[in-house]
This record gives sequence, C-alpha cells and structure tokens, in this order.
Amino acid sequence: MNELVIISGKGGTGKTSLVGSLAALAENKVMVDCDVDAADLHLIMDSKLLESHEFVGGKKAEIIQKRCTSCAVCLDYCRFDAISEKNEKFEIDSLSCEGCGICRHFCPEDAIDFKPVVCGHWFISDTNHGPLVHARLGIAQSNSGRLVSHLRKKAREIADKSGHEMIITDGPPGIGCPVIASITGSDYVIIVTEPSLSAFGDMQRVHELIQHFNISCGAIINKYDINSHMTEGIEAFAEENGITVLGKMPFDKEMVAAQVAGKSIIDFKNSGLSKSIMDIWKRLQADLKRVEAKKIDLKVL
Amino acid sequence: MIKISVASGKGGTGKTTIATNLAAALSKKGKDVVYLDCDVEEPNGRIFLKPLISNISRVSVLVPRIDLDKCTFCGECAETCEFNALAVLEDNVMVFDSLCHNCGGCYHICPENAIKEVPRDIGEIQSGSSNGLKFMEGQLTIGEAQAPPVTKQLKKDMPPAEITIIDAPPGTSCPVIEAVGDTDYLILVSEPTPFGLNDLKLAVGMARELKLPFGVVINRSDLGDDLTIDYCRKEDIEILLQIPFDHKIAKAYSEGRMASDISPIYRENLYELYENIAGRIKQ
Repeated sequence: MNELVIISGKGGTGKTSLVGSLAALAENKVMVDCDVDAADLHLIMDSKLLESHEFVGGKKAEIIQKRCTSCAVCLDYCRFDAISEKNEKFEIDSLSCEGCGICRHFCPEDAIDFKPVVCGHWFISDTNHGPLVHARLGIAQSNSGRLVSHLRKKAREIADKSGHEMIITDGPPGIGCPVIASITGSDYVIIVTEPSLSAFGDMQRVHELIQHFNISCGAIINKYDINSHMTEGIEAFAEENGITVLGKMPFDKEMVAAQVAGKSIIDFKNSGLSKSIMDIWKRLQADLKRVEAKKIDLKVL
Repeated sequence: MIKISVASGKGGTGKTTIATNLAAALSKKGKDVVYLDCDVEEPNGRIFLKPLISNISRVSVLVPRIDLDKCTFCGECAETCEFNALAVLEDNVMVFDSLCHNCGGCYHICPENAIKEVPRDIGEIQSGSSNGLKFMEGQLTIGEAQAPPVTKQLKKDMPPAEITIIDAPPGTSCPVIEAVGDTDYLILVSEPTPFGLNDLKLAVGMARELKLPFGVVINRSDLGDDLTIDYCRKEDIEILLQIPFDHKIAKAYSEGRMASDISPIYRENLYELYENIAGRIKQ
C-alpha cells in the first residue's frame, strides 16, 4: 500500500483541488482529509456521509465552585494563564486550559473536575471516487495532531479491509503539529507550490521538514505562468534537491469554476488544466515506481 | 492603542497582503504602528515589508531532565503526564521532548526531587523596522510541532504602539487562538469560492466563540459565486472591502512587491477601512 500526502506549507496553492483530481484518476484508493481545521475535500467529491463519530482528544479542568475555598494554589501551578480570579471566585478559561491536570493534582480541596472533552468529530463518507475519511476539529480546539493520526489510522484500516492499494491524503498548511502528524510514516509527499517568493519560501521550509523525516517527494507548480522566471527558479531548486517536478499547471479560471460546480477538475470538463493534471498523474505513477524500486534495492543491499 | 488581527480559515486568501499593506498605509499616514507576523510556521510578511532586523532572540520552552541517581523509577511522573512525554523503564526514564507541553507537572510531582527543567530552543523572534513601521516576526524551528509558545512569546515581547496589526496563521485551532486572542477587532479575509465560504463559516464560528467583533474582506471578489455575499448578508456580517482579481497584483505579489505600489485600493481603501474599524472600537 502506498500512502501519498499532498502538502504545500503555504495555504491556498491548490492542494485540495489537486487531491480531488488525482483521486478521480487513481483507481483503487481511500482518501483522507487531514486539514482538520478547515476540511474542504468533501465539497468537490459528491460525498454522502456514512458515519459520524465524536473525537475525544484530551481533558479540560473545571472548578467545582461549591468546594473551592479560593486558596489560589492552582493559580501558582498553571503555566497557561488559564485560571483567573474575580471577586475571590476562581474560574478556568477552557480555551486557555492546556489539559495538563496539574491544578487538580495540587488542589487541597479536591475542587477541580478534570474530564475528557469532545474536541471534534470525524467522519467516513462515500464519494464518487471511493471512501473518504475526514473530520472537523471543534472551533478553537487543540489536539489537531491526535485527530490527524486517528484519521490516518482509520483510513489504513479501511484500505486493509477492502484491499485498496493507495491512500491519498490532503494535508494541512504550515509545518507544525498537524503537518508532522500527516506525513510521518508516509511513502511519498507532493509539495504543491506557486511561483511566488512566499510560496517558494514555504516550499523550502516544508521540504526541509520532509527531509527531516526522510520521505521521497515530488513537486507540482500551480499557476506557473503568473511568473515564468520564478517557475524556472523553483525547477532549479527541485533539481538540486532531488525533488521530482511532476508537472506544471497554468493559471486557469476553470479551477474556480470546477469548485463552484462542486466537482474535481478532472470530472468538470476537458481543458488545458485537466490535461496537465493527467500528465502529472502519469509522471507521479512513474516516480512512485522509482521510489518503490529504490526501497527494494535498499532491502536487497 | 488598538489591536487588529487579520485571519482566515482558509490559507492563501490574502491575509499577509491585507496585513502588510494595512500596516504600511497606517504608518505612511504618520501613525505609530507595529506589524506582528504570528504565522510562525510560515512567516512571509518580511518578504513584502523588507525590514531592517535589529534584534534576534531565541524562544525556548522548559522540558524535564531526570537525575537518575535520585530517581527510584516509581513512575509517578509518567502517570501524571497527560501527553505521554515520559516513559519509565526498569532502570531508565525516557523523555520525549516533542510531546512535552511544558506544564511542569512531572517536575512538581516527583517525590524524590529527581526532575529538573531545562530550556529547549524551539524558535526565534526577529524585530526591526521598515520605513518607520515597527516589525516583529516569530519563526518556529523546522521539525518542531508546537507553534503556540512562539506566538505567546512574540506577543509578550511586542513593543507598545498606537496600532498593532497581527498577521495570523490559517485555520481555527490553537495557533490561531493564540494569535488573535485579546485583540480588539478581527478582519477575516476570504474568497468567494465554496472552499473560501466553508472556511469563512468556521472562522466566523471562531470569532463568535471568542466574542471578538469582526468583519470580512472578500479578495478576488470576481472569481467565484455570490454565495459568500449572500451568507454575510443573512448573518448580518459586515463586508469591509471587496477586491477584484488583478493580474498585475498577482505578479507583484509573486515578486514580493507591495500591492499598494500598484493599486490605490491597498492605500486609500485600507486606510478608510481602518478608520471605519477604529470608530467602531472607540464606541
């Protein structure tokens, strides 16, 4: 089984539109949307919700007012400025509470409740291109990394059970906790970038992260014709760093039109854009084979 | 003293463009402004503001180190840790720094006083100025998972100013909350597409949860559909500004040039937008 993750560092480079299109071209796969803050893939996959589950990712502390003697011991221990005092009444701000439980440990009156909280929901949906595992992190919640790991585990279970050969993962923006949780242990990462100083800089940071985890990677340059000169720079960087350039996509209003129609670019209509994605898909398959062969070589050695 | 955050659920909608141009427009009008780049995973404001950096400081968090001579391997530290950052073996204790949330629980709980805390470097803060505008950014070290401590430190070190413009990271979870919490007003930048609208709704949910007053800027307003405007009207959300797609702006952006050098929208309209917001906050 091949686990493929699409990330970009910078948001809005076209990750989700691309994941939808690759999923439309791949035959036997499960999709995962690991952008748990702002999941959008289901919007272009004609998805029907099959299962919805609560996700309990951590605990939060709460003061039991009738037991609290306002001794202020908890205040000294909390490092997250989550506890405040107003007219000798102590309160814990659930948004600031990190869920460490230290206040409860040291409360002499046993006046702090420390209970697991639902910090989001995760779903399994059926789509026009196979099963999709996705989620919605509760607003202003933490624990996105744990939720991402949970989604990937569920996707692997589905793939194992039904004999799917590939998992295609839509990753979150950035380089932090949910991104690390999305790429660790995956087989191949695709970086979607654009010819801008911002997107190129973010690509370099995200590439360093991928190297940190020693994962093979390829790159796709979206809207390459916005700045052809910078596109050349990105291609040169890719070549120097062993990143396979899987292809380039032109700036095309069809990208938004497909999204508005609720479809992937491949399902929307034949266009220059869809043709460029089909070429990307061919090159991706070849590169996955190359990576696979390299792995076997390493094993033989 | 007014603090304005620029955020969006979806990435790539134009947060940094709005935040940098707004900060520069205010500074040009003689205001005392600090621009704070709180997108510490991918800070890009510097590409446009090109600040002269005058100070770099490190950001660290406290992580536990075990004195094995004192440790009796009782396991209380591991039991207390909600984040599975410690594993107590028969004759050793493993500490997983990247899982540690720096709460100090193990340090306080250890009955043998066998735990001390040491600083661990996770990022840096750079500050300087750009044409009279004060500039600060946080940067999370690559490979580190936790952005919020860097943002927290950045906000602590922030110099006082008449106006603070905070460039927030995308999303609606903890790094964003850390960035936009305790500000006076939230500008949500969106685009009129299904993804933009879906993520805008999440960002609106966040703003309401935090009880922050907010308004929406619709970027690339001519690429997409009318559903975002319909949504804002239905929800009684103010649309602060609509900016149509402009190839020239996209090209300038790609080269790290300020949009305000090309289009007056990014000078005059953003200044008006500020006056509108400031008037509201003072009320």
